[in-house]
Amino acid sequence: MDARFAPFLSLLALVLLWSVAALLTQDAQVLPTPWGLVPRFAEEAASGELARHLSITIFRVLWAFGLAMAFGVILGFVMGRHREINRWLDPWLVVFLNLPALVVIVLCYLWIGLTEAAAIIAVTLNKVPNVATVIREGARALDPKLDAMAQVYRMGTVARLRHVILPQLAPFIAAAARSGVAIIWKIVLVVEFLGRSSGIGFQIHLYFQLFDVGMVLVYSLSFIAVMLLVEWVVLQPWERKTNHWRTA
Amino acid sequence: MIRIRVDGKSFGALKVLGRINLEIQAGERVALTGPSGIGKSTLLRIVAGLDQEFEGQITRPDGLAMVFQEPTLLPWRSALDNLKLVHPTLSTSQAGSMLSRVGLDDKKHVFPLQLSLGQQRRLSLARAFSGNPDLLIMDEPFASLDKGTARKMLALTQDLVKEHACSLLFVTHAVGEAEQLCSRTLTLTACPQGAQLSRCNDRRQ
Repeated sequence: MDARFAPFLSLLALVLLWSVAALLTQDAQVLPTPWGLVPRFAEEAASGELARHLSITIFRVLWAFGLAMAFGVILGFVMGRHREINRWLDPWLVVFLNLPALVVIVLCYLWIGLTEAAAIIAVTLNKVPNVATVIREGARALDPKLDAMAQVYRMGTVARLRHVILPQLAPFIAAAARSGVAIIWKIVLVVEFLGRSSGIGFQIHLYFQLFDVGMVLVYSLSFIAVMLLVEWVVLQPWERKTNHWRTA
Repeated sequence: MIRIRVDGKSFGALKVLGRINLEIQAGERVALTGPSGIGKSTLLRIVAGLDQEFEGQITRPDGLAMVFQEPTLLPWRSALDNLKLVHPTLSTSQAGSMLSRVGLDDKKHVFPLQLSLGQQRRLSLARAFSGNPDLLIMDEPFASLDKGTARKMLALTQDLVKEHACSLLFVTHAVGEAEQLCSRTLTLTACPQGAQLSRCNDRRQ
């Protein structure tokens, strides 16, 4: 069988499992069947509500992801390359790594106010330490022989970054990006749950108060679908391209 | 002209190099031999400017090239890009003819990991000469090659050094290689105060 079908079959199995569980539960209030959600999904999509909240959440995820990756990569790279700086910043990293997401979110809202900026900053602050930790490992593993080569041949700073350092960091950046997107959207939901009046998190909050399991599932599954699409259309093709030299 | 004056080099309490004075004229080819672990590579790194923590002074030309013990290529870039990215002024046709010169004519768009070790070393040699260096430093470049390949590489290196008329500092274990490629052979000798190019009691050289 074609290996390309494997992910689809695997997802199909998950839906089957859900269907069996829903049929055994026999209570749509607790766990509706997948086909029971279709009309509610259609209704929500037709009214434009789903698209509105989905796009707002994606917008927040993109901003927080971009900022967290940018700061995390720079911080991790500097810490991995300079032992002295690492000695000073490492305790901070440990503090922020272990600061619960909820505490950061609440403090950001209290200090900055219930604004869009506070929401995005809170998510970014939650993610930067993770990215920095992963990239630091990558920066420590950089090949000193290639460094020596670049130095002897006096390669320029930009060329060195682009052709010597970034290709070595690429697997680490990909790992940080992949775990990053997944964690960031979960934190964005909490941020929306606690202090925004739009987005998937806000809608889930709303339907949680109404005890509407069906709509909670409609909204979260819609976003998971978007994330699967990102994984298959953006992340995996990019990884295949950057790893071309290993397998060619 | 290249002027090497090292007054001492240590790693912690370990004195690796003692007093070393060496001048290499433009176009002169000097071989450096000595037992393993004596500090030949350390001396090369100092001459190449990779190690700045030593007592002494090095005068060397700007045009510097180095062939390392391992090919040290960019595995994620093609053979052609391995020349062009390291030497940005090199045109595609110049890089291409340099590849032909070392016998990699049909390997332009191949990644280094797809090349044999001998071919990788040829590419590393092409990279060194692409910049028209005034001084070429080679650190046991033929180690780990089989005899036939090593002999071919040696002949190719000899031709290229002559064509480019550059100075050469060549570290090797093999006396035969040293004699074929170089006009002068120096030996590093272990001494209590660090390795030297002469007998230990002669502190002035």
